[in-house]
Amino acid sequence: MATTSATRAPLVPPDARTRLTRRRRTGAGRISPTFYWMVIPAVVLFFVLHTVPVLTGMFFSMTNYAGYGSWDFTWFDNYVNLFKDDQVIKAYLFTFGFALVATVAVNVISLAVALGLNAKIKFQTGMRGIFFIPNILSILIVGYVFNYLFSNSLPEIAERLGITALSSSILANPDLAWVGIVILAVWQAAAFNIIIYLAGLQTIPGEVYEAASLDGAGPVRKFSSITFPLIAAFFTINMVLSLKNFLQVFDHIVALTDGGPGTSTQSVSLLIYRGGFQGGEYAYQTANAVIFLLVIVAISLFQLRVLQRRESSPS
Amino acid sequence: MTTTLSPEPAQVAAPATTPAPRRTVRRRARTDEDGRQINWWITALLMVCSLTILIPLYFTVVTALKTPDQLGGTGFELPTSIHLQNFADAWNLTNFPRALMNTALITVGAVLLTLATNSMVAYAIARNMHRKFFKGIYFYLVSAIFVPFPIIMLPVVKQTALMGLDNQAGLILLYTVFGLSTNTLFFVAFIRSIPVELEEAALLDGATTWTVFRKVIFPLMSPMLATVGILTCVWAWNDFILPLVVLSDPSAQTLPLANYVFQGQFNTNYTAAFASYLMAMAPLLIVYLFAQRWVISGVMRGSIK
Repeated sequence: MATTSATRAPLVPPDARTRLTRRRRTGAGRISPTFYWMVIPAVVLFFVLHTVPVLTGMFFSMTNYAGYGSWDFTWFDNYVNLFKDDQVIKAYLFTFGFALVATVAVNVISLAVALGLNAKIKFQTGMRGIFFIPNILSILIVGYVFNYLFSNSLPEIAERLGITALSSSILANPDLAWVGIVILAVWQAAAFNIIIYLAGLQTIPGEVYEAASLDGAGPVRKFSSITFPLIAAFFTINMVLSLKNFLQVFDHIVALTDGGPGTSTQSVSLLIYRGGFQGGEYAYQTANAVIFLLVIVAISLFQLRVLQRRESSPS
Repeated sequence: MTTTLSPEPAQVAAPATTPAPRRTVRRRARTDEDGRQINWWITALLMVCSLTILIPLYFTVVTALKTPDQLGGTGFELPTSIHLQNFADAWNLTNFPRALMNTALITVGAVLLTLATNSMVAYAIARNMHRKFFKGIYFYLVSAIFVPFPIIMLPVVKQTALMGLDNQAGLILLYTVFGLSTNTLFFVAFIRSIPVELEEAALLDGATTWTVFRKVIFPLMSPMLATVGILTCVWAWNDFILPLVVLSDPSAQTLPLANYVFQGQFNTNYTAAFASYLMAMAPLLIVYLFAQRWVISGVMRGSIK
């Protein structure tokens, strides 16, 4: 709060001047208490509604609490059992496989569409508007529409075209159901990522491309040496956020398969929800959630490190 | 796609496939003359791609207008006769007016409370970043971005029930509090780009910190307020998992939740179900239709910060 020079002081009315000197004196060490009142209530609420649940979750993960009734400490039994539970391991494998495929697919498609939208095209605003539509729709409700498409329309079309492999619903096939979930996830998430990439592309000044053209760079070279390095920060953000969001996949699965057929598409979030609320495994699933938290934090930090190193290194 | 590095001088004369650079207005006229034409190939390709978005929407509309016996085939056929009864059925079966009111109430409440409180927190943090206390709070809030919802899910349900927050008001509060992490990140970055001199001038004139925030900073934040408002609105309107776990009274159901319950009860009544989906999608789609440019520029602004 370094206040302005003395040239301004004579213009200030006398009463304000005393305030000014007081402010100047206090500015170095103390601050207006209003600033504390601005943050403290919100931070207290955040602590109560966000941090306390995390801490109680960690606490109950060391008990045998079923969500009701009495409980005892079992310490790390839940954690040990988690690693022996086939259902849990299967859910993690499915979730990671899904998140990886969806993240790569979303980013490749979004970047390609954003490059197209950034080119000199007709109906640019209109098409940009259309590509953003999925972002404003509820995943659950779009999921129900896709559910009908996958289980009724697609088999019908496949049959008419003579593709027998697709003539039954892919959602009823344990080996293919995940593909349907990836399609829905990519369809919905691409909208937002396209806009982020487009924002990134528009920060690149046109002169850079002109210079590259003069130096004889082709389109591929321009992309790899100019476009991509200059939007690397946007790439990092999109990769980290997409992966983090896809690891928590829930709505998509509820709408399309409900974890089925069998448990072939049961994600970690769905498992925690089901076991915790319906299966009487409150403590066990909070332990699962603690592991999930550690995994997500570790992956996000790892990703940020690797991608940011890439960003700063010359390509 | 990213690894080919061989320069191809032969293609210098083909600027058509490169992304169009943004130019200043002054130069645009000239570059148009030197041959940068509209790229019809990319236009056509994107139009085909946009069908992937329009077809499911078309499908929703035509299915919602059919009678159950028109449902056969691929489902893409136009309805032979318009059957508006589906909407009346869906209206009653999902108790649409109630769900719409709940969703609208929660969304508007969450957006207003978020804008009023989160911006204030961010202002205090941004202007006192050199102090340990505020810096600590900043990192405390922002690090919560990495905490996945499932770990909060089970305990927060018990807690909201205990605190009497298992209703619409509770959801408004939860969206405001859970959004604080990301919004602080956005707002702090934005406020730090506002010059401090303005506030100092106001303080010299005898304004209190509170007045400075309300009269000087808050109006200056309007671009970022729009961004955060849009993102919060889309989130609160479409969110499924929080209403699913938090709300205990069926009369508090939001639109996604009402459709979820409806799906479980009447899963063979496809035409009414699609009418219900369409009605749930319509309000935000209609708003978006009119505010499209503004929404997209708001989201783009947020991502550059």
